[in-house]
Amino acid sequence: MAEEVAPREVYGKTLVELGRENPNIVVLDADLSPSTMTGYFKKEFPERFFEVGIAEQNMIGVACGLAANGKIPFASTFAVFAPGRCFDQIRVSVAQAKLNVKIVSTHSGLTVGEDGASHQALEDLALVCSLPGFTVIVPADGIETAQAIRAAAAHKGPCYVRLIRGKLPIVCDSAYRFEIGRAAVMRQGKAATIMAMGTMMAPALEAAAALAQEGIGCRVLNMSSLKPIDGIAVFNAAVETGAIVTAEEHQEHGGLGSKVARLTAKHHPVPMEFIAVKNKFGMSGKPGELLVRYGLTAKDIAAAVRDVVKRKR
Amino acid sequence: MTPSDAPVFSSSEDLTAVCKRLRRDIVTMIAKAGSGHPGGSLSAVEIIVALYWKVLHHKPADPTWKDRDRFVLSKGHAAPVLYAALAECGYFPKAELDTLRQIDSHLQGHTDRTLTPGVEMSSGSLGQGLSFAVGAALAGRLDKAPWRVYALLSDGECDEGQTWEAAMSAGMFKVDNLTAIVDNNGIQLSGFNKDIMNLYPFPQKWWAFDWNVLEVDGHDITQILGAIAEAQQFKNQPTVIVAHTIKGKGVSFMENNVEFHGKAPNAEQLAQALKELA
Repeated sequence: MAEEVAPREVYGKTLVELGRENPNIVVLDADLSPSTMTGYFKKEFPERFFEVGIAEQNMIGVACGLAANGKIPFASTFAVFAPGRCFDQIRVSVAQAKLNVKIVSTHSGLTVGEDGASHQALEDLALVCSLPGFTVIVPADGIETAQAIRAAAAHKGPCYVRLIRGKLPIVCDSAYRFEIGRAAVMRQGKAATIMAMGTMMAPALEAAAALAQEGIGCRVLNMSSLKPIDGIAVFNAAVETGAIVTAEEHQEHGGLGSKVARLTAKHHPVPMEFIAVKNKFGMSGKPGELLVRYGLTAKDIAAAVRDVVKRKR
Repeated sequence: MTPSDAPVFSSSEDLTAVCKRLRRDIVTMIAKAGSGHPGGSLSAVEIIVALYWKVLHHKPADPTWKDRDRFVLSKGHAAPVLYAALAECGYFPKAELDTLRQIDSHLQGHTDRTLTPGVEMSSGSLGQGLSFAVGAALAGRLDKAPWRVYALLSDGECDEGQTWEAAMSAGMFKVDNLTAIVDNNGIQLSGFNKDIMNLYPFPQKWWAFDWNVLEVDGHDITQILGAIAEAQQFKNQPTVIVAHTIKGKGVSFMENNVEFHGKAPNAEQLAQALKELA
C-alpha cells in the first residue's frame, strides 16, 4: 500500500514556503482556514492573511483588488462555495478582468463524505472550465499538489486548483514534473487508454494493473492539467490505442470526459466510456462507500475498459 | 502620505462648464450608440468631475502610473460619465466617444479594464466594485503606498448582498485609505428604490457596518470636495459619502424619470437635451 498524504495539508505547507520566497503572496479564506489548511500561512504571515468571514463573493472581489495591485492572492474555501457560491464574481471580476487570482478549493467531489450533497461539488470543473483564460488543475496526489500550487503561483492569470478533503496514495514518483498543459504517462499500454485525474488516478492505475493480468495492456494518463488540456496526448492515445476511458469524480457533463470526447470527435473518433457521476447529486456516507455507490472504483474502470476494447474496430 | 498637494492632472477651468460639457458628451454618445444608461451617468457628473479634476492623483499620459489614486466605478452602467471624463482628461481622443457600444470599440457598454486606458476595474454585474476596492486598499496598505482608493457605487446596487459583505470587511479591516461614494439618486431600473427595495435608513446601514458616514448634495462640488477632504483625514475607519443626487440631472425630461435609466434619447430628445445643456 502506497503512502497516503492529504493534498490540502501539502497545499497549506506549500503556501508557507511560497510566502517565504515571495512577499507578494497573500492568502484569503472564508472562515474555513482550519479545513483548507491556510491556517499555516495565517500563523506565519498574519499581515498577509485576510479572513473575510463566511462571504465568498467578497473574498473573490477582495482577491481581485489585491491582484490588480501586484499581489498574488490565493483564495481558499470548499469547491461548493468557490466556484459554486461566487461564480459571477469569478466570471466578471476574475476571468473577464483577466486578474491573477488563484482559487484553491480543498473539498470537492463525493469524497467530502458525511456532509452530504450540499457539500459535494460535482460541477465545479464544468463551471471554471467554461471561463475563457482560466487554468484548471486537478492534482493526483501530494507530490503533484505541491508542484501544481507552485505552477499556479508562477503562472500569470486566473487558476483553479481542485483538491479533496481526504488523503490520496502517492502515485507520482520523485522524478515527476508537473507542467500546465501537459498530461503525464503513468503507465504504457496499447489496448486502450485510461485518462484520469485527482481521486481517480489511483483507481485507474489499479484497474490497469488488474487488466494487465488479463492481457489487456492500458496506457494510463494523468490529466491533471484539465485546462489547457494536452490535446496531443489525447490525439496520440486515440490513434495509438484506439479506445479511451475517462475517469473523474465529477458530473459526466462538462468535465474531463466531455473535453476528451470533443477532441476525439473532431480529430479521431474512437470507442469511449465515461466513469463519472451520471446526472445525480451526492449523499451522506463514507467516502469509500460513496465511490462504490456512484460507480467510481477500479472495478468500474476495468469493466469500462473491457467494454471499449470489445467495441474497437 | 500624498505624493503632492495638488492632483497631477489640473485644470483651472470653471467646473460648472466642465460638468455641462460632460453632460453633453454623455447624451450625445448614448444617442449615437442607440442604447445606454443616461440617468445614472448624469446623476454622477459632479462626483466624477470633483474626483478627476480636484482629488485624484493621476496622469492621463501614464494610466498605470504606480502612485495613481485608484478609482473604481462599481456602477458600470454609468460608463459614459467615466468615458467622458477620461477623454476630457486626455486618456484617449474625444472622438472615440462616438464608438461607444460599437463592435471592436474599446468603450464597452460596461467598463472593461482590459480595453480602456484609465479604467481600473471591469464592471457591469452590480455589487462587485466595493470588494475590489477593499482589496486594492489592502494592497496599498501592505505596500505602505501613498495612493488612496475611491469607489463610486449606485444606491440601487446596495440591494446586492455582496455590497454589504464588502462593507462589513472594510469596517473590520479598518481601511481608512478607502472612500466610497454612493450616487444616491433614488431610482433603479424598474422604479423608485423605496418601492422596489427600500434601503431606508441608508446612512445608518453604513454606520452599522462601522463606516464613517458623511452626506452631501451630490450636485454641489464644494460640498463633495469638503467631504472627501474630511474622509482623507479620517483614521481607522473607511468613509462613505452618501451623495444625494437627481437621476438624469441637467435634462428636464430625464430628471427623476425611471424611463431614462437605460434608454437612449431619440434625435428630437437629443436636440432638446443639448439645448438645455448649452
